Amino acid sequence: MNLLINLFMNPLLITSSVELGLLYGLMTLGLFISYRILDIPDLTVDGSFTLGAAVSVVVATMGHPILGIFLAGIAGSCAGVVTATLQTKLKVQPILAGILTMTALYSINIMVMSGKPNMSFRGIETIFSKMKTMLNISFVPMILGISIVILVMVVLALFLSTQLGLAIRATGDNEDMVRSSSVNVDFTKTVGLAIANSLVGVSGALIAQYQSYTDVSMGVGMVVMGIASLIIGEVIFGRKSIRRNIVAAILGSIIYRLIISLAIEFNISASSMKLITAIIVTIAISYPVLKGKIKLTRQISLRKSKQPRMKGSESHVKN
Amino acid sequence: MLKISHLTKTFNKGTVNERVAMNDVSLHLPTGEFVTVIGSNGAGKSTLFNLISGCYLSDNGNIELDGMDITFIKEHKRAKTIGRIFQDPLKGTAPSMTIEENLALAYLRSTKKNISFGISHKDRAFFKERLAALGLGLEDRMKTKMGLLSGGQRQAVTLLMSILVTPKLLLLDEHTAALDPSTADKVIEITKDIVKENHITTMMITHNIQSALYLGNRTIMMDNGKIILDIKDEQRENMTVEKLLELFKKESHKELSNDRMLFS
Repeated sequence: MNLLINLFMNPLLITSSVELGLLYGLMTLGLFISYRILDIPDLTVDGSFTLGAAVSVVVATMGHPILGIFLAGIAGSCAGVVTATLQTKLKVQPILAGILTMTALYSINIMVMSGKPNMSFRGIETIFSKMKTMLNISFVPMILGISIVILVMVVLALFLSTQLGLAIRATGDNEDMVRSSSVNVDFTKTVGLAIANSLVGVSGALIAQYQSYTDVSMGVGMVVMGIASLIIGEVIFGRKSIRRNIVAAILGSIIYRLIISLAIEFNISASSMKLITAIIVTIAISYPVLKGKIKLTRQISLRKSKQPRMKGSESHVKN
Repeated sequence: MLKISHLTKTFNKGTVNERVAMNDVSLHLPTGEFVTVIGSNGAGKSTLFNLISGCYLSDNGNIELDGMDITFIKEHKRAKTIGRIFQDPLKGTAPSMTIEENLALAYLRSTKKNISFGISHKDRAFFKERLAALGLGLEDRMKTKMGLLSGGQRQAVTLLMSILVTPKLLLLDEHTAALDPSTADKVIEITKDIVKENHITTMMITHNIQSALYLGNRTIMMDNGKIILDIKDEQRENMTVEKLLELFKKESHKELSNDRMLFS
């Protein structure tokens, strides 16, 4: 218990979790678009996250960390377009399409980083160090994280209320209906996946610059982590409206990071976190089924336990 | 308005499962005509609709709508001028979006297609007025999620959505079959009013021979991918369910084996 109190008293731990949560939050928003809105478990994310990181580190070495983040977004959206094309034009199954792009991106990411599996930002300016010298303020990652996230949330909420946004939302809901509203479903899917993966790319770029380090395997398990964050957010903050969903995704991402840092404080190794995350997601998604099963067994056992008691009361009456 | 000539469609060509679903069908519908389509299961009614709406491409023949050849036009582009409603009430609407959002989507078929934010006051007022005309009290529930409505309400909204921007052709594919009798009657009445009011060329598949004769001004009967009977005007006015069943037996050399048709 003391450990827990100490933990929450540790401001450094909390600020770093919140910062990470904000930056990973953009990735969660990307998954919100592909997984929740379009209803596609888009595995491209594992690759496009690293792609964003790789692009940003390469562009930052040239002295343009901020441009690197924009280009990371564009690179991510290209990855989304590839996956969407595989799905819509070439009729590859949605999950396989994502896996294909993700696998291809592994090679491409190493190519982007000129053949190296990892790169460091040592001695290279990042968006965070640049802001720090320019504005001469502390808490740069926090302020930057909050402002970027708020900007993205507002733009995304506005976009989803446009006619194109409505069409994208309906695509995941009822494709036939969208088609009969004379909207090209292939187009809405492509736009949706492009936006989702560009958010993921930007998230990867920011994380890379925040950690001053890029590794070709840094995207592994991102989809599951994103879905875990999404579900945590939805469970706690509800999913009544689109706006609420967007806020919940970001908050879920922050809470997920807090949980992770807690777990690490409890000496659970960072490498086992993926296992724990997978278990969390499995339980969360199967919760309704499990609940039903538990209810059923309880009813059955209740009925069984009632019967002998009735016999007992009968014998009592006889006596 | 609609001109179909020598339409042919074969599924699984060259295999043991080869099946001629549409066999050299020609049909001409003048503007404003309301045709009811009857026939037993597998007669080719839905295939005909799928070919007209562009769900499948035909092997042969062509389809002309309002003087334009649409034989090879993509489904979502045809949807601009063709409204279609399915038997399944879940198929026509997006359940997790609100009524007004669903209507706004259907309204996209209008020629003005701009990226505006949200739904404008003008559009909302227009939707409200149209919803009120259905007489189901839905105009006060525009922010309700579609998935919360009953099948009949959803089907009525779907009908409204497909004519929100007046289509050149309306295809109704057994759109009341999944509803309970009283709701089905209500949806049929709404259909009748809407089609009459907007003077839309309409085709309706039904298994209810009574309503096939009651609605519209022409009835065609299909069997084995062919139109075997086409009645209108006087001949149709004097037609009864019994006579029609008799005619079917004569034309197709078999009994109508569909319970729903016999009991109606």
